[in-house]
Amino acid sequence: MAKIDESLFSVEGLDKRLKIKTLNKVMMTEYWIPKDINFLWAMGVVLATTFALLVVSGIFLMMYYKPDTALAFDSVNYTIMQEVAYGWLFRHMHGVAASVVFLIIYIHMFTGIYYGSYKKGREMIWISGMLLFVTFSAAGFSGYMLPWGQMSYWAAAVITNLFAGGSLEAWGLVEWIRGGFAVNDATLTRFFMLHVFLLPLVIIKIIVIHFYTLRIPHVNNQESEDIDYDAEAEKYLAGNKKEAKVIPFWPVFLSKDFAVLGIFLIFYFYLVFFNYNFAMDPVNFDPADPMKTPAHIYPEWYFLWSYETLRGPFFDMLGMKAGDIGLIIFGFAQIAFLIIPFIDKDPDILPAHKRPRFMIWFWVMIIDLLVLTVYGKLPPTGANAWVGFFATAAFLLLFISLPFVSKADAKARGAL
Amino acid sequence: MREIKILAIVVFFTGVLYWGVEPFAHSQMHPHVEAPDYTFEDVDGLQGATGNAAKGAELVAANCTACHSIEKAGFPKIMDDASSAASYGVVPPDLSSSGAIYDANFLAAFIKNPAKATKTEHKYVDGKAHPMPGYEWMQPQEIADMVAYLQSIAPKEMTNKEVFTDACQRCHSIKYGDFRFDGTKSSMLAFTPDENIKTYMGTLPPDLSQYIRSRGAQYLHEFINDPQKHLHGTAMPRVGLTEEAEKQVVAYMTEVGDSKKPEREALAGPFLGYLVIFAIFAWLWKAKIWREVH
Repeated sequence: MAKIDESLFSVEGLDKRLKIKTLNKVMMTEYWIPKDINFLWAMGVVLATTFALLVVSGIFLMMYYKPDTALAFDSVNYTIMQEVAYGWLFRHMHGVAASVVFLIIYIHMFTGIYYGSYKKGREMIWISGMLLFVTFSAAGFSGYMLPWGQMSYWAAAVITNLFAGGSLEAWGLVEWIRGGFAVNDATLTRFFMLHVFLLPLVIIKIIVIHFYTLRIPHVNNQESEDIDYDAEAEKYLAGNKKEAKVIPFWPVFLSKDFAVLGIFLIFYFYLVFFNYNFAMDPVNFDPADPMKTPAHIYPEWYFLWSYETLRGPFFDMLGMKAGDIGLIIFGFAQIAFLIIPFIDKDPDILPAHKRPRFMIWFWVMIIDLLVLTVYGKLPPTGANAWVGFFATAAFLLLFISLPFVSKADAKARGAL
Repeated sequence: MREIKILAIVVFFTGVLYWGVEPFAHSQMHPHVEAPDYTFEDVDGLQGATGNAAKGAELVAANCTACHSIEKAGFPKIMDDASSAASYGVVPPDLSSSGAIYDANFLAAFIKNPAKATKTEHKYVDGKAHPMPGYEWMQPQEIADMVAYLQSIAPKEMTNKEVFTDACQRCHSIKYGDFRFDGTKSSMLAFTPDENIKTYMGTLPPDLSQYIRSRGAQYLHEFINDPQKHLHGTAMPRVGLTEEAEKQVVAYMTEVGDSKKPEREALAGPFLGYLVIFAIFAWLWKAKIWREVH
């Protein structure tokens, strides 16, 4: 070991010991981002900030929350909401952030799909991102159970019951998950553990991996232009900043992120103070009652589209029970977007506006997901059931058609 | 320009999404009902008769005080809550404030035929009867006299909590109004013991602590004014509160169930104001930085 004379409490001293100058270059001032981007490229930082808001507000909530079926409801709705100083603020922040984080995740995800940022070198970014989506979903679901209101209880009952489908039932999977034959105190306590410990730990780990996967293939740009990063970085460092096609992460890229973040935070806190019912369902302010089924049971809005694929096939067909078909489609819906890099058969990386058939595919997908979401909340009766059926069929057809659609674009361009 | 176009698309689809899962979904799940009717037009009430409070005093003393206390007029409770609930099925109300919180027409109709006025006739079939007998045999003028008497002794001013207690607490608890961590009895529990009220109503009436959050003010007004409109066949009686009394009931439920509402509303301005300032500086800084690279 080399002896270091510089004081620990100086930049030079820290640099000698920890190479902080190199670290700063690698992580900040010489981490290159394309210049040709729009505000959608700020969603990553918006998501990281929202996650930080969730962690901080969650820590404060955990100081008073009691994971016990006899105490949970009052610990949230009385102790935190009425007694603890600014407890209501932390709960509203937590509840609204948990909902808004999914809006941003969806925007982030469809930005990736639109600009083709999931393929030919960027698969690991996409896969780690989809893993984040799955773990965030698990965190959202487990957290929704904690206030032990009517929706907490019944959503938990309905969703855990999905693991009793077909032969899963014989394995006793649902009892294993619940820790009993019905959703009960053991279920609440283990979901509390998942929500405040295991899932956040896994999420933090995957976020680190997600950032890491970006490093080598770099972030995509608006025209999916293939940039020679070494050459462009050299231009930038030589002072030719206007000509260079790249910008450093700090301060240029982050300055734009902060500007977007400023707008996002106004929107977010407006919801926290004035319009929070969409994220904190009024029905959940009725205490859990296993003897009284609510008139309408529906998941939070961000699960509605996949929930509707579960309900879509409402009649037996092809020799199978409606429920089993629904479960299979629902299972597929969870991983559907994960496989996009592998079923997009276009060899080029291009944004949707340069792939005419894919462009149509993209917008039909968005509209279909909207239809699934809206009808996922409505009672599945009469015409609603048929809308759900056809929207589910369309969802499957979109995935089946993607290899052909993407190939057709490539052929028309002469790339295949 | 391109960014504004993209923003417009994002805002549009987010707006459609919000509309679909919130206002549209709720309109489908909770059909619209007519606005509350505080005149109680449908009831067979006073029919324009003006009562004489002095005559009413004699009639009330002779006909009502066997079961009802009127603390204000010197008729104290003759039994504790548990005993009177066991005797009548539910604790009968003290009549001291009835003239103030109940609409006069409704009160007259109620005295004549309680089940009809409260829209709970569906409950009293197969030999079951409303615990209070009807007084349709009385002269309309006598009924008007009793209503006039009850109005004459009623307090002019009542706190929100007093109105809630007199109008709701015989059947409903609102434990957050006096929350006890130590297991001692809260003063805001229903007067009628659980087992009696269960028999009387068919189910345990809910604790109302969080109803301002779970139902919202508008639903509460529509529901209290006429429970049958939202929940057809419910055991909850229409109680005939005046508009003013009903507002006080909902105000009390807000004080208890959304006690930090004033703090929330006061904090919103400074909080959002700070963020606007942050956003302005963030944009100015961004513009400065990006001028160098564009």
